[in-house]
Amino acid sequence: MIQRHAAIEVEGLEKTFRVPKQHIHTIKERALHPFRRTEYDVYDVLRGVSFDIGSGEFFGIVGRNGSGKSTLLKCLAGIYKPDEGRIRVAGRLAPFIELGVGFNPDLTALDNVVLNAVMMGLSPKEARDRFDAVMAFAELEDFLDMKLKNYSSGMQVRLAFSVMVQVDADVLLIDEVLAVGDAAFQQKCFDVFYRLRDEGRTIVLVTHQMPMIEQFSHRALLLNDGVIDIIGDPGDVARRYLDLNLAHIETGPAGSRATVARPIGAWVSDTEGKRLDAVTAGETLVLNLEVDVRERVESPDLGIWLQMRDGTRMFYTSTRRMGQRPEAFEAGERVHLRVRAETGLRAGLYFIGAVLKRTGGHDDTLFAEPHLGDFTIVGDADYGLLEVEHDLELERGLERAPQ
Amino acid sequence: MSVHAGAVVPPPEPREIRGPSALGGDWRRFIHLTWLIAVTEFRLTYFGSVLGYLWSLMRPLLFFGVLYLVFAEIANFGAKIPYYPVLLLTNIVLISFFQEATGAAVTAVVNRENLVRKMHFPRMVIPLSIVLTSSMNLGLNLIAVFAFILIYGVPVQATWLLLPVLLLPLIMFTAGVSMLLSSLYVRFRDVQPIWSVISQLLFYGSPVLYTVQSIGDPQLEHLYMFNPLACILTQARQWIIDPSAPSWIDAAGGFPLALVSVAIFVTLCVLGWWVFDREAPRIAELL
Repeated sequence: MIQRHAAIEVEGLEKTFRVPKQHIHTIKERALHPFRRTEYDVYDVLRGVSFDIGSGEFFGIVGRNGSGKSTLLKCLAGIYKPDEGRIRVAGRLAPFIELGVGFNPDLTALDNVVLNAVMMGLSPKEARDRFDAVMAFAELEDFLDMKLKNYSSGMQVRLAFSVMVQVDADVLLIDEVLAVGDAAFQQKCFDVFYRLRDEGRTIVLVTHQMPMIEQFSHRALLLNDGVIDIIGDPGDVARRYLDLNLAHIETGPAGSRATVARPIGAWVSDTEGKRLDAVTAGETLVLNLEVDVRERVESPDLGIWLQMRDGTRMFYTSTRRMGQRPEAFEAGERVHLRVRAETGLRAGLYFIGAVLKRTGGHDDTLFAEPHLGDFTIVGDADYGLLEVEHDLELERGLERAPQ
Repeated sequence: MSVHAGAVVPPPEPREIRGPSALGGDWRRFIHLTWLIAVTEFRLTYFGSVLGYLWSLMRPLLFFGVLYLVFAEIANFGAKIPYYPVLLLTNIVLISFFQEATGAAVTAVVNRENLVRKMHFPRMVIPLSIVLTSSMNLGLNLIAVFAFILIYGVPVQATWLLLPVLLLPLIMFTAGVSMLLSSLYVRFRDVQPIWSVISQLLFYGSPVLYTVQSIGDPQLEHLYMFNPLACILTQARQWIIDPSAPSWIDAAGGFPLALVSVAIFVTLCVLGWWVFDREAPRIAELL
């Protein structure tokens, strides 16, 4: 890369969250216990992070859930106040933590676009001047006067993404916004990313998806436990991320507060038990889940599920659902759940979640983790999300009805 | 499309990102945003339904109708007060502005949680845009009030021109209280029920249905006038409806005493500002 001036400089950034153990939610409680000292759980989410991003760089930020990457993004975006350290940004910065934040369903596209763009730092006049370009890019020119509540969710996403592209910020902060939208729209997003990159815009992208990092980024940064683990070549960062992920599965999630039982990890394997990061669409999946039991759990129900990035649950099963009702899991036991599944799922990134409940009078959830592991199904995205049992018939040589 | 590529633009000056704040350091953006949100909300209430404006005017009018019936016709309450119906309507419009704006402001920041947690913008925009929307409302309602005043035959007075001098402290006071409430509600969720009670008390504790002189005891009257809203309503009566009515300074018992309400007014405004300013950087984390 050509050496240019820095677009973002971060120096010794620290951020700690103090979460009170007992929440005082009312003035009444405060008045009843005026001298009660509140005890806090202290989370050092960012512990001295320093890096520079050059102007015109496409920079990736990756990290596991809870590594502090979202907090870092929110500090950069000016939503959280840093406890220590300094962040300097050259030029106008537009954060996209979520597409379409602040859209009001009762307003027309024009009002929403103007409101959104002014939030991003344009003046109302600039915003109105760009409205046509926004609608053209979103391919929504035919729906100018419609209220937003009558837009489909896909149309709303297109509108929001279009605003983001058209506000012409010098620095864009993007947090996994591509999780939404159909394949065609994603392709359009990719095209835009290439274009913005080639135009020399500075872009910071936070994502789970290593292929995106390798495809777009000039450089990337891996955050682990609030410190920079590695910064530099996207390929190296992606490899290191996968290593860390594997290590994590072997040692269990750090800081898990489940005391009765703790999930060790969840992964996908082939039928022989070999761990896989990626499987081909149509192959038999074996989902694995290991749980350390620390205290006896009466009539347990151990469940596992697959979900998409946006939280859409694709599949759920559990011991109880399949008619298995063990009397108890014993203290000190390690439990391994295997689910062989012909899923019919096609290309995509899937997260494995797990839940353990104590059943009986009422269900008592001991843990519920939405992201214990993830894997990719490799296939052709054009064929859709789901393989559907079907057959196809083609009848030929029919006589045309007379005109 | 953009002209970034190729154009030789001098590199922008780096500036420090200090996290969210009440005002955000950019006055123009702050004003644009507050204005835009207020106007949008205003339009939503008035153009949402065909009868939008009529409906929002109906509320104080109906309220006025009921109170008038009870207090003037049945209880014969305002017999000694000149132009009592006009006074009652003016008071109701002024005090409902305060009640509606502060009532909406309490939950405003929490209701916009999604925005606060995902967007960077000056936090003060939220309570101030609500006060601004209510002020536009107030403006429209005052037109109706003055129509009523003229129809009723109150003589036209030069002091009507002083109306802005009356409204400014009312709006400032409302804004100060709104800031205080909206930031407190983030931490303490019982602010809302507590405030609805206080708001009711203020309605009866301000000269809306009656005048300060109805109290009768000068010492109590002076104490009563510590309430800044009482001062504003009393002054409104003198300037708009009845020049022979006492000014707020006279009603409060002359100069040194009148300053108490000024002190309370200033304290509440500054306190509201200060608390909001102090809380603003952390609101996103507390939600």
